[in-house]
Amino acid sequence: MYKYLFGRLIGALGVIWGVATLSFVMVYLMPGDAARMYAGPRAPESTVQRIRVQWGLDQPLSIQYVRYLGRALQGDLGHSTRDNRAVLQAVTERLPATVQLALAGFCVELLFGIPLGILAALRPGSIIDQLATVIALIGISLPQFAVGLVALYVFGFLIPIFPLGGYGTPIHLVLPAIVLGIGGVAFYSRVLRNSMLEVMGEDYVRTARSKGLRSRTVLVRHVLRNAMMPVVTLAGLDLATLLGGVVVVEAVFGWPGIGLQAWTAIRNQDTPMIMGTVLFASIAVVLLNLSVDFLYTAIDPRIRLTK
Amino acid sequence: MYTLDTNDPNISKAITDTIDTPTKDSSDTKDVPLVLQLQIEKPARHGFWAQLRRLPRAWVGATLVLLVTLAALFAPLIAPADPLKQFRNGLSDTGTPLPPSVQFPLGTDILGRDVLSRALYGARISLAVSFLANLIAAIAGTLLGLWAGYYSGPLDWIIMRVVDILLAFPAILLALGLAAVWGHNFQIICLILSVVTFPALVRLVRGQVLSIREMLFVESARSLGAKDWWIILHHILPHTITVVVVWASLSFANTVLTEAALSFLGVGIPLPDSSWGNMIFEGQSRYRIAPWLILVPTTAILITTLGFNLLGDAVRDALDPRTSQRL
Repeated sequence: MYKYLFGRLIGALGVIWGVATLSFVMVYLMPGDAARMYAGPRAPESTVQRIRVQWGLDQPLSIQYVRYLGRALQGDLGHSTRDNRAVLQAVTERLPATVQLALAGFCVELLFGIPLGILAALRPGSIIDQLATVIALIGISLPQFAVGLVALYVFGFLIPIFPLGGYGTPIHLVLPAIVLGIGGVAFYSRVLRNSMLEVMGEDYVRTARSKGLRSRTVLVRHVLRNAMMPVVTLAGLDLATLLGGVVVVEAVFGWPGIGLQAWTAIRNQDTPMIMGTVLFASIAVVLLNLSVDFLYTAIDPRIRLTK
Repeated sequence: MYTLDTNDPNISKAITDTIDTPTKDSSDTKDVPLVLQLQIEKPARHGFWAQLRRLPRAWVGATLVLLVTLAALFAPLIAPADPLKQFRNGLSDTGTPLPPSVQFPLGTDILGRDVLSRALYGARISLAVSFLANLIAAIAGTLLGLWAGYYSGPLDWIIMRVVDILLAFPAILLALGLAAVWGHNFQIICLILSVVTFPALVRLVRGQVLSIREMLFVESARSLGAKDWWIILHHILPHTITVVVVWASLSFANTVLTEAALSFLGVGIPLPDSSWGNMIFEGQSRYRIAPWLILVPTTAILITTLGFNLLGDAVRDALDPRTSQRL
């Protein structure tokens, strides 16, 4: 088991290194001159040259790369070309809002996705099951940002129940969280349905039934517990999708998280800020996946014993 | 895993379906007895079409896809106006967009252009981007997946680590970053979208190849002296191509959504050319007084993605009944 966990840890570190390298390549490929952009078009060449030296842009690429990795290891993800703020600081300031939104969206996914999946699996082929299929297919087909705008129009403007975007109170959180979670509801309900149908065919479920347990007990203790495993796995893998969705939803609702910041950075052509945010988000995804792996060994005895 | 209890209708159906369907996910066939595995090789292609025709989802999906495709192909013939033409009478006296009327069936946009025509021309761009992006991704993903799966070795290791790295980026964020660095026009958007879609396919194809190359018919081909490229082309590719097809039709819907999201964030297809995403981008400032600016392109996106998702879902079911209705 320890060998397996150690292998996963090394793998995750490797991926983080790769992610950092790719980000570096992308920043370096950036068209235009970062120092010139920071100094402004009318700054004298000597000033631009001084900024270039200050930022180490005059050094050969290999040295820049090593320095970049060294700084990244110390938590320095670069500086905004706009206002020279440290990317990490800017990101961590905005992080609580994003985490709040992502968690709320995740709750929506599970809160609606799991009951829908159970309902569909209880009577496969029934009207409810088919309805759940249709809902799920529509759910994954909807463009999040457009749903967000329509939701704002209907529930913020026509029937003003919710505020038109903004941040602060729980009431501000409702619409963005639902919009963020719609795709996930569809996804999890399908995963859970299929996994439940599979588990229902297992021998131990038949045994449980034949020894006379109430169907509710069989469902909760024997079926649901085992059927939740793929949901847990996918929840870890799905975080990347969720974080991607956050960007769009934050842009629609003016939610002051890292997604909105990345979007603002795009419009300002502030590449270090964008890539710093992207790097931060991917490292977060890798680390979260790693912790799901670790959690898994704690939850599932099969992994603990075999690997 | 399978207790072959033929009284169980699910299992007996699964077995008959397995026999009917030659090109199915062979990772499942490990559990099927050898006799059945040999029968899987028997070509029985019409089984797939018969399965597909029975699914209402396939019909609805195909209709929607056909509808959008025709709209895109014949946009110049159907569109009532030039999508870029700003009509003199296209805005109200106060300068707001006009609601739907006889001259403008779906209203006008903030610059007094015909929304219906823009949406139809937008279909061309949105579909073309998704088609090209998925074509590039399908070719790259299949080749790399075949290579990585067939020759396990250092190259396989490198390919899979690159895939791991690319998959660690949230797709939209990676696309945003690439668009920021590379700029954004039609070709670059296609390339960016294929970069964010192909890694998943490499994994899918590689997994498929890993199980196929261990099967008896591959071994017998090799023992008869077949060369690697022959085995890959004639024995492995036919068994992976269905996975690629299903992947492509589901990925197509996703790509339409990602392209629209990028355009909406302002780094997609540049204005004034219309894509559904940048129509929403342009309309979002005025949607409270002119909701059709948002509703028309949203509906267009939904028709497209729903069509491809329904079709892809049905195709997968028809190919592999046991993973029935998995999203």
